Amino acid sequence: MVRRTLAIAIKELLQLRRDPRTTLALFGMPIVMLLLYGYALSFDVQHIRFAVVDHDGTRAGREVADSFVRSGYFDLVFHGNDVRVLDPLFDAGRIQAALVIPATYGADLAARRATTLQFVLDGSDSQTATTILGYARQVVASVSPKVRTGTRDAAVAPVPLVWYNPDLSSARFLVPGLLAFILMVTSVIATALAVVREKERGTMESLRATPLVAFELLIGKTLPYLLLASGAAAGALVIARLLFDVHVRGSLFWLAAVTLLFLAVSLGWGILVSTVAETQQVAFQLGLLSSMLPTFILSGFIFPISSMPPALQVITHVVPARYFLVALREIILKGAGPEVWWNQAVGLLIYGVAVLGLATIRTVRSL
Amino acid sequence: MNTSSSPPVVIARELTRTFGPFVAVDRVSFEVRPGEIFGFLGSNGAGKTTTIRMLCGLLAPSSGAASVLGFDVATQAIKIKRRIGYMSQRFSLYNDLTVEENLRFWGGAYGLVGAEMAERSRWAIATAGLEERRHTLVRSLPGGFRQRLALVAALLHEPPIVFLDEPTGGVDPEARRRFWDLIDELVSGGKTVFVTTHYMDEAERCHRVALMHAGRLLALDSVPDLKRVFPKGTIVEVSCSHPAQAMASLEKMPGVVDVALFGERLHVVLSDPAGGAALAHGLDAVGCENATVREISPSLEDVFIRVIATAEGKAA
Repeated sequence: MVRRTLAIAIKELLQLRRDPRTTLALFGMPIVMLLLYGYALSFDVQHIRFAVVDHDGTRAGREVADSFVRSGYFDLVFHGNDVRVLDPLFDAGRIQAALVIPATYGADLAARRATTLQFVLDGSDSQTATTILGYARQVVASVSPKVRTGTRDAAVAPVPLVWYNPDLSSARFLVPGLLAFILMVTSVIATALAVVREKERGTMESLRATPLVAFELLIGKTLPYLLLASGAAAGALVIARLLFDVHVRGSLFWLAAVTLLFLAVSLGWGILVSTVAETQQVAFQLGLLSSMLPTFILSGFIFPISSMPPALQVITHVVPARYFLVALREIILKGAGPEVWWNQAVGLLIYGVAVLGLATIRTVRSL
Repeated sequence: MNTSSSPPVVIARELTRTFGPFVAVDRVSFEVRPGEIFGFLGSNGAGKTTTIRMLCGLLAPSSGAASVLGFDVATQAIKIKRRIGYMSQRFSLYNDLTVEENLRFWGGAYGLVGAEMAERSRWAIATAGLEERRHTLVRSLPGGFRQRLALVAALLHEPPIVFLDEPTGGVDPEARRRFWDLIDELVSGGKTVFVTTHYMDEAERCHRVALMHAGRLLALDSVPDLKRVFPKGTIVEVSCSHPAQAMASLEKMPGVVDVALFGERLHVVLSDPAGGAALAHGLDAVGCENATVREISPSLEDVFIRVIATAEGKAA
């Protein structure tokens, strides 16, 4: 049994070696995707184009405006005292945010009265707007204790402390998701193509006439891809460390274990696709659609599951990357052990048994 | 062929396979004796491939039964697979692997390893005449070599019987001849060969031939015995100036059972062995000049056409 399985695996590796273009496309693509997404898919907002409308004109007003600029996030593009200019500026997209200082600001502060600042935001991109608002709150919070010094109700300044991802870098948040995404897409497509290719070329008929059973065929076929995908995953981690400064805090052993579990699910998915598709083209499209879209949208890779509508949240349970992603972030970012993410691993395990079982049954039937 | 006293290698009894309403193989019964070249002759769609796939354990029979080497095809497929060689109609080698890599893979699929594998690989390369090309990618092998390689690849695990499904499709005549020399060699070495073909000249090289048509097995015998459906002198070859026109006239003449066009010549089946002489006169009268009539021994194709005509005549 081992001999026959090995014969398939060796043959598959030889074929991969003969076809460096496909191999490179499948396993070099992860690296390119990591670079692309790592650099392009950044949620960090910087150089916010910003206007100040100062009706007050006192030193206190100028100080507030200054602290926005000094925070490093805001670039001042306009400073004036007429609110009516804001509309055309926003419309033209020349500014993303504006600070309006009321005429009574300086006087209120001097009289130790509570006062307000108006902050105007372009809300058409809600994600960016939320981020900008967060920065603005920080800036105002850093200003108000100073100006309140000496008042009766001297406030305790809120000092935000962000754990695990102290500078809230997008790369750190994205890398685990990218890893899941890359592994899923490449392994599903690679396996689906490898099996369907035999159908298309007619060699499947000859394989079926040999004493090879479905189990041996599937293991032999997936083993080389498992190996290569693991290599690609390791490569992606190294690149993430070198370029995006993402360090694995947790144990590499558990990282490898969870990754292998996830790979088993993906490869099983690939085989399942291959039992449906008759041509490589169909296999490619089906593999891509069934792995890429759900992983991208429904796994929590980019859009947090907790902010999805309840019905969609239920659907995310059938996306294997969802479980992998949670465990991966725990391990890479928090350095958490299995006691924290064991339920995710169980989810993957159940998924893996179901997918591989179904794939085997379907292959046996078609064999 | 002197082993006919030993039990048959293949036994089919009322073997039937349907696909929906379509009956691909219709109650076919036959036996294959050890050491013979057993030919399945028929046009495309006659049910040859379906039969061979059932015998190799790739397709379950709808009804009836068959056994190969004593194992039932429906229940003991895996035991059969271990003991037989099979060369499918579709090309069964990997184009992107070399000759040797292909042999290693197919040997490995049957569980061969180490010294045994190396020894069988050497045998296969020598038998197929591929010593010079062992490291050549199959993609760049000429067709004839590929076919021989596919055959020896199916024999690596030394099966006593090998099933060949239209093995010489798309190969030039010289390569086909060499392929059949190889089959003769195997049979003299004691193997049994079950082969399907739609080439008459290939069927002539079989020890026994089964004629398949529309799912039915119409006749099964040795080639000389099959040809005895025509009594001596009842089949003549006619050549004349306007064969197509002559054909129409001949069909209307008394004593003519059947006329078939073979290239420029006509094969005429007569009801009476003495009727040949009258044909030339008859043709002269309708303007087909210089007609010569020659008694010939029937070809397998004559037999095939006759058998089908008889079967369909009965059915009508």
